[in-house]
Amino acid sequence: MAEAYIYDAVRTPRGKGKNTGSLHEITALSLATQALAAIRDRNNLDTSKVDDVVLGCVSPIGEQGGDIARIAVLNAEYSQDTAGVQVDRFCASGLEACNIAAAKVKSGEADFAIGGGVESMSRVPMGAGGGSWATDPTIAFKSYFTPQGVGADMIATKYGFSRDDVDAFAMESQKRAARAWKESRFKKSIVPVKDQLGVTILAHDEHMRPDTTMQSLASLEPSFKAQGEQMPGFDGVLMQRYPEVERINHVHHAGNSSGIVDGASAVLIGTKEAGDAAGMKPRARIVGSASIGSEPGIMLTGPEFVTQKLLKKLGMTTKDIDLWELNEAFASVVLRWMQALELDHDKVNVNGGAIAMGHPLGATGGMILGTMVDELERTGKERALITLCVGAGMGTATVIERV
Amino acid sequence: MENFKLEIDGDGIALITFDVPGRSMNTITGGVVRDIVALANEIKSNDKIKGAVITSGKASGFCAGADLGEMGSGGLAGGGTPKTPKTEEERLKDAFDGAFMLNKTFRELETCGKPVACALEGLALGGGLEIALACHYRVAADNPRIQFGLPESKVGLLPGAGGTQRLPRLIGVQPAAMMILQGQSKSPEEAKALGFINEVVPAGQTVEAAKKWVKANPKAVAPWDVKGYRVKDGPYSPGGAMAFVGGNALVSKQTYGNYPAQKNILSCIYEGVQVPIDAGLRIESRYFVKTMQTPQARGMIRSLFLSMQELSKGGNRPAGHPPTEIKKVAVIGAGLMGAGIAYVQAKAGVETVLIDVSQEAADKGKAYSQRLVDKDVSRGKSTKEKGDALLALITPTTDYAAIKGADLVIEAVFENPELKAEITKKAEAELGENAVFGSNTSTLPITGLAKASSRPANFIGIHFFSPVERMGLVELIVGKETSEATIAKAIDYTLKIKKTPIVVNDSRGFYTSRCFGTYTTEGIEMLSDGIAPAIIENVGRQAGMPMGALEVSDSVGLDTALKIGKQMAEAMGADYKGDARGRLMAWIVEEKGRVGRKAGKGFYDYDENNRPTRIWPELTAQLDIKVTDCPPEMKKELTKRFLFRQCIEVARCFEEGVITDPRDADVGSILAWGFAPYTGGCVSYIDLFWGAAEFVKEADRLAQTYGERFTPPKLLREMAAKNETFYGRFGAKKEKAAA
Repeated sequence: MAEAYIYDAVRTPRGKGKNTGSLHEITALSLATQALAAIRDRNNLDTSKVDDVVLGCVSPIGEQGGDIARIAVLNAEYSQDTAGVQVDRFCASGLEACNIAAAKVKSGEADFAIGGGVESMSRVPMGAGGGSWATDPTIAFKSYFTPQGVGADMIATKYGFSRDDVDAFAMESQKRAARAWKESRFKKSIVPVKDQLGVTILAHDEHMRPDTTMQSLASLEPSFKAQGEQMPGFDGVLMQRYPEVERINHVHHAGNSSGIVDGASAVLIGTKEAGDAAGMKPRARIVGSASIGSEPGIMLTGPEFVTQKLLKKLGMTTKDIDLWELNEAFASVVLRWMQALELDHDKVNVNGGAIAMGHPLGATGGMILGTMVDELERTGKERALITLCVGAGMGTATVIERV
Repeated sequence: MENFKLEIDGDGIALITFDVPGRSMNTITGGVVRDIVALANEIKSNDKIKGAVITSGKASGFCAGADLGEMGSGGLAGGGTPKTPKTEEERLKDAFDGAFMLNKTFRELETCGKPVACALEGLALGGGLEIALACHYRVAADNPRIQFGLPESKVGLLPGAGGTQRLPRLIGVQPAAMMILQGQSKSPEEAKALGFINEVVPAGQTVEAAKKWVKANPKAVAPWDVKGYRVKDGPYSPGGAMAFVGGNALVSKQTYGNYPAQKNILSCIYEGVQVPIDAGLRIESRYFVKTMQTPQARGMIRSLFLSMQELSKGGNRPAGHPPTEIKKVAVIGAGLMGAGIAYVQAKAGVETVLIDVSQEAADKGKAYSQRLVDKDVSRGKSTKEKGDALLALITPTTDYAAIKGADLVIEAVFENPELKAEITKKAEAELGENAVFGSNTSTLPITGLAKASSRPANFIGIHFFSPVERMGLVELIVGKETSEATIAKAIDYTLKIKKTPIVVNDSRGFYTSRCFGTYTTEGIEMLSDGIAPAIIENVGRQAGMPMGALEVSDSVGLDTALKIGKQMAEAMGADYKGDARGRLMAWIVEEKGRVGRKAGKGFYDYDENNRPTRIWPELTAQLDIKVTDCPPEMKKELTKRFLFRQCIEVARCFEEGVITDPRDADVGSILAWGFAPYTGGCVSYIDLFWGAAEFVKEADRLAQTYGERFTPPKLLREMAAKNETFYGRFGAKKEKAAA
């Protein structure tokens, strides 16, 4: 089987995901288009060599509906030969898109394929796509459907993370993201978003709050207490699956959960031969990838299990990984992962994460994969593992190696 | 057509009068279903008929719904000789055809092509309301006491004649779901505000108003039969999802998923409103069959409806004794129980003498009634006049002479045999020859107490539950000498005060206290096994018990539990600290001084209002807690321990003759100590959820793993061998009702 190499990775800055955010006036199609255009233009890529573009998108409805990947391919004026497909693995859609692109390359189906994703959360709100899990009683009852915020609070309670613990983690995310920006660690990947005139409208992640303090975090009200304890009372649903918890401690709030933002990402993956032919140098190799399902009610513990699964599959241990990246959906998700795998916080999310910079659902996986490519190059380290917790209890992970 | 009368007036409007012969209330029987088919045909095909108005010939109301007795025996399935189906799929198809009959019938009425209105002078419940909903227009009499509702979920069923489809389409998904899930009834005005009654007119004028509407609307069809109709608030309509997401969570949280009908009602609505009504009705019938086949529905119909009804009409009263009119009752002991008994008696119009050792104590007992009356008056549940009349019936006194002329005396003093003996003598000195003496003891054997009586045949245990005004059950305990006439009288009394009687034989703890006690002790067993207290409490509640076992122990008093444990150990000549449970109780009571709720500290911590705030954190810290995770398999096992333990004790009670009627056992277990109501009670849990053979097998396994307390009694083994049920063996006559 062929090896899959990463030749380039780009992402847009993340705009605040509300109608006052800088990217609210930029369509989702435009965000995806600009990421694809950057991949082509930065590499003088002959797009007729790109067999397929796989884009993650979690709310594929409205302007994000109808296979936005192919529409973005056309809008970016790629060769019309290039196909496009949109995929949805909830929060890991972007990473899954890269894994699928890599699989296409490894299997010989594609010489070059692009993975990545797009989500304009300000324009197509989270949940707009519907879905039966929460609404159809047949599945909602038996799987103890509970919104992920309550699940995150359950993780904190069950695994012993206090409000201070999760707030301290959030503080550190802000600090690391601020430092990374200050030291231009994202420079290689960031593609400023242009407006309809072609003028830059956003060049940095605008969700960050580098002045965050423990005091300012302490003043925030828990976000999931009302839906957990009062109407409709999801705590009572989830505690049916976890009777060991006397009551759920609602520790998460806007300051220690991932931000709602807009953005897009794209990662160019290809065979050695395709790269050689195009005169391109590979930056990293995709060593392996995996997905898994775990208990859906608590929902967000998948990363622990998918990490173990992937490492085992690759014959590796945690010692073989130099840098760890887990999407910061909620502080407790990362804290639990580090606790379960006994990871050193110094090697985890070294440049901050979604608590500081935001989580543009379908785009995030491609973004943090790119962050790790950059960081391996910057530090000269070997291997990184990228993973995300995923709706309905799943986890998706990828290991890459600098070449 | 024997159940309906049809008269066509000069305007061509058929007045159809629903009047099932020989019954005081219309119910839907197989015959009624067949008649409605004929009616729909007649309306459709008779050119003289321009439209129809359906009303009732009963003063009691329109229709109280399906005949649950007949439904249980399959009689509603449209009659005919049942075929023997070859496969499970054929059996299900037959069951569907039977259930769909009602939907098909009502649908024929709805689509007969002519306007049909319903004139409701009285209540319409369940299938009765569903007939009305299948009409094109509904007029109700202006009387706030009339009830309209779909109460099926209260007995573990769902409305199976279009209720889950028409109501959401008429009044919206959320209000309809609430009404059906909770089985709530609405008054005519409320129903009109909600939108399922079209018009409210003065009583006696509904037929006229309905006819007027029929005349004015010759082309009426149901809203959902108008071309282009769509449900606006379905799950995938804008803003529609939240009602479903929230509804699922709310129901899951409240029922712990123990009530299939509740989930299936939501499924009927969720799936049904996304498709045209005919498909929706098919979906409803499928879920109806699915629900009917659950042991939950069978148990709940039998215990919560049929048996409750039977017992509340004196179904367990010995035959051959003329009913006694209970006019005057004396209550001795004006403490919490005595005061509550006085209140419920006076409320039922019984002249009540409330005796205590001081006038002050007796007055204090009456003040309890005053408080309850004031509360009811302030909430509009009663009037000042009614309240005053109630209070006037209670005479607080210290004078035993006031007992004279009483039909019955109930003593509710401390559980002290000497004191009770003294009171028995004092009271009997004033009592007439035929009067009954009842002791409200919860544990002391009646035969022993009756020794103080000069006429033990008239002596009986009348065990109330606290708070008396809210608990619907009375446990009557028959002593060795207690006569049948006395039992009959005690039942007459219980029915008079509107409570449900069960009759049990004498033994320590009788039936209810004895069996209930096993729930709390099993909780303490689990704690001494090293299972985290949160798991014990959550699993107990999620198994369907009203409170966690440790919380109940706190309410009873940990010192009391320890005392009982010590007594039992002494009786067997053992050291009470000889086992883990004894050591645990001694530790928490004697070393830690935590005696329970009354002291504000026990297994739980309590706030200033004596409400539990949290499990005492030191419990987990100081005990050797080994189990802190509770995955589904473990939850299942612990649930089994809780439920089996209680059921095995119930089976022992049958074996020892403490209880003899499965209806008493089932209804008693639910009303007295809140045994998981979805099971239909302890006996139904064995009969319907397991069957004796499987139950014995599982109990043996539990005994092997956790101890002899799970060993099934011989009776159960015998039943397992003979493939018997409790209802079959102990109540052959009654089995038919819910088979």
